[in-house]
Amino acid sequence: MNSYSDAFAWLVDPVHWAGPSGIPQRLLEHLGYTGLTLVIAIVIALPVGLYIGHTGRGREIVVPFTGALRALPTLGLVILLALGLGIGILPPLIALVILALPPIIAGAYSGLESVDREVVDAARSVGFTGSGVLWQVEVPLALPLIVGGIRSACLQVIATWTVAAFLPLGGLGRFLYDALPNQDYAQLLAGSILVIVLALLADGLFAIVQRLVTPRGVTAGRTADIRTKTQSPPRKDPSWLAPEKA
Amino acid sequence: MNWVVTNWSQVSEYGLAHIWLSIPPIVLGFLISVPIGWVANRYRLSRGVVLTIAGILYAIPSLPLFTLLPSLIGTRILDPINVEIALTLYAVALMVRTTADALAAVSDDVKLSASAIGFGLWRRFFGVELPLAGPVLLAGLRVVSVSTVSLVTVGSVIGINSLGFFFLDGYQRAFPTEVWVGIIGTVLIALAFDVLLVLLGRWLMPWTRRQGGATRNLAVVQSETAVLR
Repeated sequence: MNSYSDAFAWLVDPVHWAGPSGIPQRLLEHLGYTGLTLVIAIVIALPVGLYIGHTGRGREIVVPFTGALRALPTLGLVILLALGLGIGILPPLIALVILALPPIIAGAYSGLESVDREVVDAARSVGFTGSGVLWQVEVPLALPLIVGGIRSACLQVIATWTVAAFLPLGGLGRFLYDALPNQDYAQLLAGSILVIVLALLADGLFAIVQRLVTPRGVTAGRTADIRTKTQSPPRKDPSWLAPEKA
Repeated sequence: MNWVVTNWSQVSEYGLAHIWLSIPPIVLGFLISVPIGWVANRYRLSRGVVLTIAGILYAIPSLPLFTLLPSLIGTRILDPINVEIALTLYAVALMVRTTADALAAVSDDVKLSASAIGFGLWRRFFGVELPLAGPVLLAGLRVVSVSTVSLVTVGSVIGINSLGFFFLDGYQRAFPTEVWVGIIGTVLIALAFDVLLVLLGRWLMPWTRRQGGATRNLAVVQSETAVLR
């Protein structure tokens, strides 16, 4: 189809590979925003998730709050904060950190809860302390799910920074927003392809990391076979655990 | 509040558009994913392949997919069908996994019993397997529903208007009230859809009514956490 050859012509045109609005610069901006958002979100969310999973306390407060976030339209939250806090990177950054928290918290605490209680009890009985159980038993066994939570958050953040380029910002979303009013379909298509490739690469990378951190003999990171019911059911309804789509 | 009253015709118009845009992806997503989920669950190989494709599909960001579809399927960019197809794809991607897990959770003993008293494959599927998988399917469908209603707003960026229109318009006019109206409206629609689905579930699956939170099906919980894996 013609529009595809146009898009690829646009992608390989050296004009679009140089300067402050070139592909490398936009890609770096997008990666920078995404990385910054993820780091802040992980620093906040991981301790919360580990605390909930390890102690079983605090679920009543955190779960409904994060569950309500799912229904919030991402674009609306980003724009609301932008109107409240003015232009710059800070308003969308805050909005995106908020959106990235639930999957990371969920991954951490559901990961710890997926650890067999007998294993935890066995660790205690041979003299592990509370922090020993957490760091040497629970976290290693839960790593695939913890990474899974970060993976969901990362995909959501990449997608939402694309939409957030509605504000005067950089990032790959710029190609879409610059192309839309001018009906520049070659650029529109090329920008879309760039974002999709970036998202799929990130997803693939996390899939590999998930495999690597899965301890031998642990199936927590693989598709669970529900036919063999060995786990004790979690205490409450985590229906919001599926990552939000952005 | 005053703004809502004076602009009620516009608010209700976009609200209704939002509802109409949300329904087809949810319904189609469910109908399409049941047979695919069945195939995925049937054979070990197809399970891996189908669930991997679903995972990749779900990883694609929405706005780029909206703008990519017209050139893929030859529609015009302002055609709502692009948003509908993209949202249906996400719904299927999410529902297929739930369906496969839900069907896998139906006890083999029950299936064998049904066959033993003379149920054919079709009757066994619709009379035994599907109803038993129902609670898990409902859990998945509720996630799809909330997600779809929220995602419809992104369509406004490419001119497919819903309550998301108020985000863009409110930003251009620097008028937060309008953005609030869009957000609250979207959440209310998502909530209404969720209540409807729960009621529909109780009506279709009367045996789940007495089941409290404590006796929740293990498979329901697992299917909800499965996306993280």
